[in-house]
Amino acid sequence: MERHEYDVVVIGAGGAGLRAAIEARQQGKRTAIVCKSLFGKAHTVMAEGGAAAAMGNVNPNDNWMVHFRDTMRGGKFLNNWRMAELHAKEAPDRVWELEAWGALFDRTKDGKISQRNFGGHEYPRLAHVGDRTGLELIRTLQQRVVALQQEDEKLHGDPEAYIKVFAECTITRLLKDGDAIAGAFGYWRETGDFIVFDAPAVVLATGGIGKSYVVTSNSWEYTGDGHALALLAGAKLINMEFIQFHPTGMVWPPSVRGILVTESVRGDGGVLRNSEGRRFMFDYIPEVFKDKYATTEEEADRWYTDQANNRRPPELLPRDEVARAINAEVKAGRGSPQGGVYLDVSTRLPAEEIIKRLPSMHHQFKELADVDITKEPMQVGPTCHYIMGGVEVDADTGAASVPGLFAAGEVSGGMHGSNRLGGNSLSDLLVFGRRAGAGAAAYVDSLAKRPTVTGVEEARAEALAPLERTGGENPYEVHHELQRTMNDLVGIIRKAEEITEALQVIEKLKERAKNCASSGSRIYNPGWHLALDLRNMLLVSECVAKAALMREESRGGHTRDDFPGMSAEWRRKLLVCSASPDGTSITVEEKIQPSMRSDLIRLFERAELEKYLTEEELAEYDAAVKES
Amino acid sequence: MGYKAKFRVWRGEGGEGKLEDFTVEVNEGEVVLDVIHRLQATQAPDLAVRWNCKAGKCGSCSMEINGKPRLGCMTRMSTFSEDETITVTPLRTFPVIKDLVTDVSFNYQKAREIPSFTPPADVKPGEFRMQQVDVERSQEFRKCIECFMCQNVCHVIRDHEENKPNFAGPRYLMRIAELDMHPYDVAERKESAQEAHGLGYCNITKCCTEVCPEHIKITDNALIPMKERVVDRKYDPLVWLGSKIFKRQR
Repeated sequence: MERHEYDVVVIGAGGAGLRAAIEARQQGKRTAIVCKSLFGKAHTVMAEGGAAAAMGNVNPNDNWMVHFRDTMRGGKFLNNWRMAELHAKEAPDRVWELEAWGALFDRTKDGKISQRNFGGHEYPRLAHVGDRTGLELIRTLQQRVVALQQEDEKLHGDPEAYIKVFAECTITRLLKDGDAIAGAFGYWRETGDFIVFDAPAVVLATGGIGKSYVVTSNSWEYTGDGHALALLAGAKLINMEFIQFHPTGMVWPPSVRGILVTESVRGDGGVLRNSEGRRFMFDYIPEVFKDKYATTEEEADRWYTDQANNRRPPELLPRDEVARAINAEVKAGRGSPQGGVYLDVSTRLPAEEIIKRLPSMHHQFKELADVDITKEPMQVGPTCHYIMGGVEVDADTGAASVPGLFAAGEVSGGMHGSNRLGGNSLSDLLVFGRRAGAGAAAYVDSLAKRPTVTGVEEARAEALAPLERTGGENPYEVHHELQRTMNDLVGIIRKAEEITEALQVIEKLKERAKNCASSGSRIYNPGWHLALDLRNMLLVSECVAKAALMREESRGGHTRDDFPGMSAEWRRKLLVCSASPDGTSITVEEKIQPSMRSDLIRLFERAELEKYLTEEELAEYDAAVKES
Repeated sequence: MGYKAKFRVWRGEGGEGKLEDFTVEVNEGEVVLDVIHRLQATQAPDLAVRWNCKAGKCGSCSMEINGKPRLGCMTRMSTFSEDETITVTPLRTFPVIKDLVTDVSFNYQKAREIPSFTPPADVKPGEFRMQQVDVERSQEFRKCIECFMCQNVCHVIRDHEENKPNFAGPRYLMRIAELDMHPYDVAERKESAQEAHGLGYCNITKCCTEVCPEHIKITDNALIPMKERVVDRKYDPLVWLGSKIFKRQR
């Protein structure tokens, strides 16, 4: 069997994975990047709006404290505050660094990086390139890896001496030595041959779980691999009940249902209307945001040119609010013909301005839906977009509870609390990708000896099983049923009976998945690959459903029809998922989240905190204010 | 609304294969990649195809549809008549791994041969100042989603395996142009474009531009300007004289 020895193995080659690998290599570690797709194709390319970083290029009042506050508000104060702090402080450096590696962001008049408005951000904050920022980010990081390889070729005569990409290679198990990580096991898609990595540190950067839902903006890779690998290695997942349904996915034609329509459309002036032509978002401004959003169309429209003297349009509320509002309008019978609402930029901006600012959207609607967004409105509706939950990690190093395991980006949990602000994902993966790479490098340095892998034979047998069965279940059918179940029963609006029903279906699907058979050879066989991915999707879906059933409140990306209010008691609690030793079932436990550091909590007014915190926590706040 | 379409899909591995006929359901609004996925789910579970975003942003699902390089996810079924047989084959310029999946490692090799962005050593992160108008030229080229269809269609290598070692292909010649037009790049690009990366092989037939799903004007905006820059360097008598007098290497 093919074997490789590395210091750090990074699983995933999106923004977080590449930034982690670059860091590990820059710290002198022999680093492998293992990814399911070709190098440069990861889901990060889909990010459109931008990377949030308080550089203050457009509005000099912006700084890390404002960004920190916005992030905590967006996450309804459930965020890991240390992560939110590090993120807000370090994002500008991470963006500037990209520029030094060749990224070409759009510019301000004085030649700096331009920043755009986005939902939940108080000031224009998103560094961007039109509406293809994710592509710029992935390409820049990809080219940085190549630059390091060119350096290594000069120094060592081998471009892959210190950093190598294993593309179209899927990891199915993490390997351990006792309690600690010792490596990883996987297969090459191209040949079906197996591969073993011996490595004391593994960084998970596998992204999200959207492929457990029918309507999703996520690509085929988003099968929760890292979430499941972490669970099976003994790590814990937090916040799995919080899933972001992006308010504006395409709803027609059916084949592209769920594909994203960037929030920049609204940031740049686009408005949401129902079938009666009403700009309905004014009807959905929640109590906690009342003083921050315009209450009339006139004020909202003035804001685009005069942000100092007007409040923001309600179309720019955090994503969870907008998604629920659209859902409510459609349910009330005021939706568009294909079951969405109208998003209109055509009457708001001149055609050439739309094409300049939103080129990908213009192209996407023209090619896929035959709609010219400079002439008519788009039809949009919520789509499963992002999971806030993920591996529980140490904020500073990205370390999970299993020694040698690290996680960064969407696969990690905590940073975004119960709801992520648009633009905070690209900055998250840069900030914490770098930190996880550095954390892994430091961990490797701290070891007295290298671990030895165990469990290769079991991993091999597990991977081969679907090919050795004949006449079993069709993995495509099991997958489709899971997607329908999650979409219908653990979707944007949830209730106890439906979640319970979903859990019963998941149990049955787990049995069927064990019996999946894949015909054909081991060479590039998607039926086989899907049969293996099913294990991960089912484990993750069980986490989502179980945590969703347990959390009896509504907050951010978790809305319970039977518990519509936010609860201060629940805010303090994190739900922690772990797998049984044999990896066949999930248990969820409550855990109290530590109180915010006093210098951070003092960044907020008491009146705002009263909406979120318990009396006990408010007393702590009062004491902190008094002491300062 | 739905109908049964006739598909001929190239199937095979290890250098052998043939076109296989399928009859498959097609629904309103679908694209070719949807139909390939339906074949996987219902008739050919091991049919190999690359894809990721399904929104024309990642450049994974490049294939030849009725002989033309296209992204499967951006080719709408409504562009064909219902009785037309749709033939889907892998990219021709690269070796087939299986079915519609080809070995595109050639492109990654070429990417590594182009020296990376080289800013002046004294400019620190955060200090870059560039005007929008000055970055726009390179930004156009950075729209590239690396679908490699321009590489696939370029006749310099499509039918001439022997040219591959000496020719970077339109995608990477455009990368050189992108760097050469970057306001802060200080590396030598012009001579190496010609000498090391085969810019001279290009005879501007614009096949690359025609297939580009991002509508990048590869020939007009990258390759021709780059050729002009090379010519300026090589044959401009003043530059030539200057390089003799001042011993400038560039």
